[in-house]
Amino acid sequence: MKILICLSNVPDTTTKIRLTPEAAGIDVAGVQWIINPWDELALSRAIELKEKNPSVIEKISVISVGNVAAEPTIRKAFAMGADDGIRINTEPLDAYFVAGQLAEAIKSLSYDIIMCGIESSDTNGSTVGAMLAELLDIPSVSSVSSLDVEGEAVSVNREVDGGYQKVNAAMPFVAVVQKGIAIEPKIATMRGIMAARTKPLQVVEPAAIEALTETVSYELPEAKTACKMVDADNIGQLVDLLHNEARVL
Amino acid sequence: MSVLVYLENWDGKFKKLSYELISYAYGIGQQLNTHVVALSIGNVAEEELKKAGQYGASKIISVNDARLDQLVNQAYASVISQVAVSEQASVVVFANNMTGKAVAPRVSVRLKAGMVTGAVALPQTTEPFVVKKKVYTGKAFASVLIKSPVKIITLAQNAFGLCEHPVDTVLEQYTPQLVDKDFATSVIETNKLTGKMLLTDAEIVVSGGRGMKGPEYWQPIEELAEALGGATACSRPVADEGWRPHHEHVGQTGKIIAPTLYFAFGISGAIQHLGGVSSSKIIVAVNKDKDAPIFEAANYGVVGDVATVLPALIKCIKELKGQ
Repeated sequence: MKILICLSNVPDTTTKIRLTPEAAGIDVAGVQWIINPWDELALSRAIELKEKNPSVIEKISVISVGNVAAEPTIRKAFAMGADDGIRINTEPLDAYFVAGQLAEAIKSLSYDIIMCGIESSDTNGSTVGAMLAELLDIPSVSSVSSLDVEGEAVSVNREVDGGYQKVNAAMPFVAVVQKGIAIEPKIATMRGIMAARTKPLQVVEPAAIEALTETVSYELPEAKTACKMVDADNIGQLVDLLHNEARVL
Repeated sequence: MSVLVYLENWDGKFKKLSYELISYAYGIGQQLNTHVVALSIGNVAEEELKKAGQYGASKIISVNDARLDQLVNQAYASVISQVAVSEQASVVVFANNMTGKAVAPRVSVRLKAGMVTGAVALPQTTEPFVVKKKVYTGKAFASVLIKSPVKIITLAQNAFGLCEHPVDTVLEQYTPQLVDKDFATSVIETNKLTGKMLLTDAEIVVSGGRGMKGPEYWQPIEELAEALGGATACSRPVADEGWRPHHEHVGQTGKIIAPTLYFAFGISGAIQHLGGVSSSKIIVAVNKDKDAPIFEAANYGVVGDVATVLPALIKCIKELKGQ
């Protein structure tokens, strides 16, 4: 069984967002780049599964759309335990473009499970995984909260409103995963970091695909008004403010 | 031309969210000078379907097929795409919830329609078609141009509100073309939490963090939520420690919520947590550390021990509610 994880290279989630002049973009000077948190959980789960079932899962690959600056993120995935990777050498323009590039690169390869994070922490799109499945004409399961391999069989749970469902999906399929899929991100070991340098990373040129959307400008949220403090010994006043001032009770 | 809105149902019923979507679609319809078509998939009674007319849907299409009782991404995407084509929809509207995220991207590929997810307002302009959405989990907004002839928008929850626009409405049954391949996934088993207010439906959310000190101290959180008719939630460390289930985790990597009132007890307010709750109308924070970042995001704050503040608050709320 082969597992492929789609990785997005995103600013660290603690980054304070600043805009470039004329608000045409996000100022990335000094930004630390990381593996998108949900993609990292997907990869962590794949590695857990491989450690548990080494005879069943033969390979974990990663794939990412990005220019050369995104390579450290792929190497980080190698250090965590991915076996090899593909980088599609272009700036990610929009979700349709990224899904299209991934589909072009993947369609000639054989993977049994493709895992994508449910969203990327930069564009908050939640679209690439299901678009990729549609482009590859294979099933997808979204909001996947657990994924297990028993022998050659795969069991998948997805979250639905107010509960969970166990879903049967024929391989190959795309699992769009969310929090809960892995307990915590896998920490790279020193041995892993050393090995990451020499693992195979294939660079492929992008296909001719059009983006369907384009971000024209950005803005920052308005500053919030100061917090009104209430004395801990006077909780009645808090209830009064919520009832009569904010009118939310 | 039309604006098509997909209406999910929950055991045959619509929710406030459904009517918010129609209200939003009606707003776009006004901008484009066209009408709204609502599409329902599943077993929904005629009386319930007709409620869509109250918010501006002049045509309601119902697809009732037993194979579609459970969400099957490919089959749903196929049905919605077929209806979008037959109704000549220029805009298709979904909720930005689990179903919207599972299905809308597939419709986008089928219709080659550019997508904006988590829109926070009506299109700023329709010529060109530009829609505003949150990015970086609420740390910025992006205005996104959709270049394709057909556009797909998923609306962030509680971003638009309800607007009644009663119109005469026609009800139509539709029989889609479905093939076996559309049913490549199937549901084996469903486990639902019953009798609990859903976090994403709740107008009031009562949330606890590590400052609650342990799962055994959660009873007052539950009691306050119940007194307010709200839902309970928690911060990430609490879910990671296993004090509370993952589906209660609100924050960047958990659920993004937008209730009217959000209570944060013993939550310091890491930037990742705020990303998940910053769309709340009013935030109340109780924390013993006066410098906790949660107070920068909160509207009302109390510096104090949750162990004494919570019981006092429950007492006052119950008095107010006459409980």
